[in-house]
Amino acid sequence: MTPDKKMKGSRALVAALEHEGCEVIFGYPGGVAIPFYDALYDAKKLRHVLVRHEQGAAHAADGYARATGKVGVCTATSGPGATNLVTGIATAYLDSTPLVAITWQVRSDLIGTDAFQEADITGITLPIVKHSYLVKSAAELPRIVHEAFHIASTGRPGPVVIDIPVDVALGEAVYHEANDIDLPGYRPTFKGHIKQIRAAAKAINEAHRPVLYLGGGAIASNAAPEILRLAELRKLPVATTLMALGAFPETHELSMGMLGMHGTVTANYAVHECDLLINLGARFDDRVTGKLKAFAPHARVIHADVDPAEIGKNVAPLIPIVGDAKHVAAGLVKELEAMEWPAERTAEWLARIAERKHEFPLHYEDPKDGKLAPQLVIQEIDRLTAHDAIICTDVGQHQMWATQYYTYTYPRQFVSSGGLGTMGFGLPASIGAKIAFPDRTVIDISGDGGFQMTMQELATAVSDDVPVVVCILNNGYLGMVRQWQDLFWDKRYSFTCIDASDCAACPQAPHCTRRGRRAQPDFKLLAEAFGAVGITVTKKEEIEPALLEAIGCGRPAVIDFRTSAEENVYPMVPAGQEITEMIGGPGARGKKS
Amino acid sequence: MKHTLSILVENKPGVLTRVAGLFARRAFNIESLAVGLSEDPRLSCITIVIDGDEHPVDQVTKQLHKLINVVKIRDLQPDNAVSAELVLVRVAGEGEKRTEALQIAEIFNAKIVDVDRRQLTLRVVGTNDKVEALLELLQPLGVLEVVRTGTIAMGRGRG
Repeated sequence: MTPDKKMKGSRALVAALEHEGCEVIFGYPGGVAIPFYDALYDAKKLRHVLVRHEQGAAHAADGYARATGKVGVCTATSGPGATNLVTGIATAYLDSTPLVAITWQVRSDLIGTDAFQEADITGITLPIVKHSYLVKSAAELPRIVHEAFHIASTGRPGPVVIDIPVDVALGEAVYHEANDIDLPGYRPTFKGHIKQIRAAAKAINEAHRPVLYLGGGAIASNAAPEILRLAELRKLPVATTLMALGAFPETHELSMGMLGMHGTVTANYAVHECDLLINLGARFDDRVTGKLKAFAPHARVIHADVDPAEIGKNVAPLIPIVGDAKHVAAGLVKELEAMEWPAERTAEWLARIAERKHEFPLHYEDPKDGKLAPQLVIQEIDRLTAHDAIICTDVGQHQMWATQYYTYTYPRQFVSSGGLGTMGFGLPASIGAKIAFPDRTVIDISGDGGFQMTMQELATAVSDDVPVVVCILNNGYLGMVRQWQDLFWDKRYSFTCIDASDCAACPQAPHCTRRGRRAQPDFKLLAEAFGAVGITVTKKEEIEPALLEAIGCGRPAVIDFRTSAEENVYPMVPAGQEITEMIGGPGARGKKS
Repeated sequence: MKHTLSILVENKPGVLTRVAGLFARRAFNIESLAVGLSEDPRLSCITIVIDGDEHPVDQVTKQLHKLINVVKIRDLQPDNAVSAELVLVRVAGEGEKRTEALQIAEIFNAKIVDVDRRQLTLRVVGTNDKVEALLELLQPLGVLEVVRTGTIAMGRGRG
């Protein structure tokens, strides 16, 4: 694009997006979006993917962003189009992913008149954006796009909404490339203060029982190489949050897997017993800490985060460091390399952790109802993809089994809604990830509940030729809520059964609110109706051929795995309890050994 | 303890909504809030008074700093800041009450800005303590209406 060229606002927007390196935009047209879509008609570099519901556009852009680290972009028309993005924007906000959502707005002079398809989307999204813009003129559009990309992708990343009245798209802009960002109030700190880093390095060097606790910031700042070096340098056992899976290879002997509500026994006990907790880019979320007062009771705490507001929000650290995980880890490595350190200092601790890993691996039993063990399905996916696929998930039991039984080896491999816990995230997110990495196997592990929330995006996958593999762990229940009803609500399965095909034979029928009507679609036929490959798996020996066929067929595919109805996710720390009070804790084996 | 935050923000549409929205979302209570242009027309100054016992001021400031349009925040300490608010008070003022109201007004350097046969309206400028003291003294006479601007404040010069 030639600098300083006069053009319509809509074309200036396309030019600005292309200048920012945006290669794909997920969206859905509508009345006031037509000028932009008209400009897309001629766009040479920018690919548009037509989703089937705007929520899918936001999740697909988010999935693209999580898999690549680049800004994901979605667009929707005014009113309902824009409000349909809201769940996706909130999902990105809670997990701090870089997303730019472009919404179209009624004509400037109609704003505030309750015009057709008018909604105050900057107002509606105010609490769930990092920043937002209501564009006033075509002239400021290119600058706003550049600012939006800058804000979304730097510091603690997050979603930015750009709301553009249709007359702005039609108005005249002089397009010129970036460099006019004007943000006097926005200067994120990346580098930790050297004094704090030195204090932290000293504490690490002196610790007898250290634990490295990684959060999403480790992924967002691309800190994996520095973290690997740091962990190996002082033999730090590593526990990751759900958002950090893949930031440290789980095949590594220092990996303890995930901590928290459904974390490993080893990770949770290590945090409980450690004398130094080194938090890089995590936020002491309640799903991790359980009862906050009893969390890491013996530990001195180092907390490094790029967002100063996270430091001291839930836990007051002894050594706070404002800076991103990458810079802080690199700084720590540099300091530690110059220090003397006797390896015997932590030998006993490492031995204790190794022993516990051996004694309490993840574990499950063959289901009594003769159906598939959901954990086995994930293990088979792990085995057949050699720890190398990009795994996207929905939210619930299948998500937790996906965290537990797949072995994550590289960052951005696990794409999942952690903070907001958005069902329906998996399929559209997997489409975004697959578009970013067409040569990688991308698998959406979903449940029969979550899949039905956004399954219309199968049409997107088919029509845009995005061969994702959807693995539905179909247990006929909204499984995680059913699990809570089972454990904490006297097995009163209120509206959590979504497959009433076999009520006569169902042992839970007396406690259930459903009665005798078939509710669950046949997912194989459904996939085929969309033009995708559909496979039903009911037996162990069918798992491997089904996965190989789905992965190898080069088309979008859905595998309906009929899994055990009342299997629970263990171990489990009940909400608000100490993290050592784990249901199903002791006595186990499985993967993350 | 009460904290007075002086927040310099970009003078752009919707910025006050963002600040107020943040207080709502994080469940921080605002005791008073005053907004106006600063010496630089591109910037506005928001003065917010919050109860520091109720919310960690540190957390409030850090969250405010995350707003892109917030340029600078100062937590003004009473001993090195000047502060004032303007208050209009309408009190009942017939017979003896009127004399008493006028005396109180004089003590507090308040101006009578409106008067009729039954009531009078005082305008007073002062610190929060002064205003509270005035309102307390006027209470027995019958305070009919109070309108306050909220505190504005500025750090003291160091010259």
